[in-house]
Amino acid sequence: MKNNVETLIGNALNGDRASIGRLLTYIERSPEIASKILSIIIQEKGGGHVIGVTGIPGSGKSTLISRLISHYKNSGLRVAVVAIDPTSPLSRGALLGDRIRMQEHATDPRVFIRSVPTRGVKGGLSFSGVAMIEVFDRLGFDKIIVESIGVGQTDIDIMNLAHTILVVTAPGLGDEIQALKAGIMEIGDIYVLNKSDKPEANRTYAYLDFALETGEIGSEKIKWKPRLVKTSAVMGQGIEDLVDIIEEHLQFIKKSGIYQEKIRVRRRYMVRLLAEKLFLETLENLSDSIEPTGKNIYEEAVQLLKETLSQFD
Amino acid sequence: MGGATNLLDLIKKTRNRRIKVLIAKLGLDGHDRGAKVVARALKDAGLEVIYTGIRQTPEQVVETAIQEDVDVIGVSILSGAHIPLMTKLMRLLRERGLGDIPVFLGGTIPLPDIPKLKELGIRNIFLPGTPLRDIIKETLEAALERSRE
Ligand SMILES: Nc1nc2c(ncn2[C@@H]2O[C@H](COP(=O)(O)OP(=O)(O)OP(=O)(O)O)[C@@H](O)[C@H]2O)c(=O)[nH]1
Ligand SMILES: [Mg+2]
Repeated sequence: MKNNVETLIGNALNGDRASIGRLLTYIERSPEIASKILSIIIQEKGGGHVIGVTGIPGSGKSTLISRLISHYKNSGLRVAVVAIDPTSPLSRGALLGDRIRMQEHATDPRVFIRSVPTRGVKGGLSFSGVAMIEVFDRLGFDKIIVESIGVGQTDIDIMNLAHTILVVTAPGLGDEIQALKAGIMEIGDIYVLNKSDKPEANRTYAYLDFALETGEIGSEKIKWKPRLVKTSAVMGQGIEDLVDIIEEHLQFIKKSGIYQEKIRVRRRYMVRLLAEKLFLETLENLSDSIEPTGKNIYEEAVQLLKETLSQFD
Repeated sequence: MGGATNLLDLIKKTRNRRIKVLIAKLGLDGHDRGAKVVARALKDAGLEVIYTGIRQTPEQVVETAIQEDVDVIGVSILSGAHIPLMTKLMRLLRERGLGDIPVFLGGTIPLPDIPKLKELGIRNIFLPGTPLRDIIKETLEAALERSRE
């Protein structure tokens, strides 16, 4: 497989899509091979603009991404999508459905869409999902869009890997405001009120606008004031505005040096995710074999830790 | 009953390897209840299921299989156009070097068409009423065989 990897990378760089698909699979299957692949492809200066899309489940993230793809394609850009969906912790299976909304781009040579299950022990973003960004980066994709599942750990994770973070919400999802307050309202560079074709949209917009203004949601990013934009992904409305604001943010982070800093953060995060994965998998295997006496749980836990780590000597 | 034990063994055997399946609705009909039920059942059996939604062309299915690098493809057709659609799909798969991916077909397929479809290289055809357990089992077996090659 090792020699194979070099050929595969060569073919992928020449634009062979089956080789790209297989390369991504190798990254998912084995950390050793992933590491080998990254050692060949990783470039100090990442070129691709990584856009993270998170927000309320069902708010229209995938539909919106499909619109963004159309727009970028028409501007002559190449777009890669990493679409993350949760793995069931019980069956370990996953139903990956984000593609449904993007299938019109499936046959476009400028677009590559890959679905990634979370898989991780914690239910957050997986190491391989982040490593895939590096592959797309090396392959020259101009925009690398990551769709996160929008609940729990991944929202916060996305801060560590994206240059620009879109938080998507929609009216009529019940307690959309409550959900936004619960954490993700602090991470967005751009807040998108999608489904603005719905009658309740104006009220939700007014509330979000007020909330961002008063600082109730949205945090103090370094001189970037979080923006709010209204879209209707199904009607294709507001997409130009959104694209403009995304570009504005890109220019801002490039000028301020945040762009390169974010690449460093992303790579640091990738190494941490791999360390966590290796550690937790080993811990899980070893913990099956211990027989706790209940007399000295702390000692036993430390012993387990030591044994886990000794596996990597 | 023997079938059930086998299936459990298979699921256990495949638990630590990731098997990716593409479930696609080919052609113009808009009914995807059956495809969704199968997709869900495969997920519950521990597989990673990529679902494309309705009204896919053979080209879209092939490109999706390439981008997702799937182990197995399951196609559902209820429109009656299964012969031309599957002929095209199987040809495209071979042309793109994916001739080794096992392909299953499900849907309302008239019995007389089955030999012709099998000749195209389709691994099996699941008619309405096929137990989900059989579909899961054959999918897992097909994926395991391919990864052994
Ligand atoms: N009315 C209206 N419906 C929309 C709009 N955008 C998306 N939808 C619908 O909302 C539903 C969910 O859309 P998705 O794009 O799958 O939403 P998502 O946020 O990616 O969903 P998950 O990934 O499952 O969390 C679909 O039925 C879409 O057709 C919009 O602008 N207006
Ligand atoms: Mg989605």
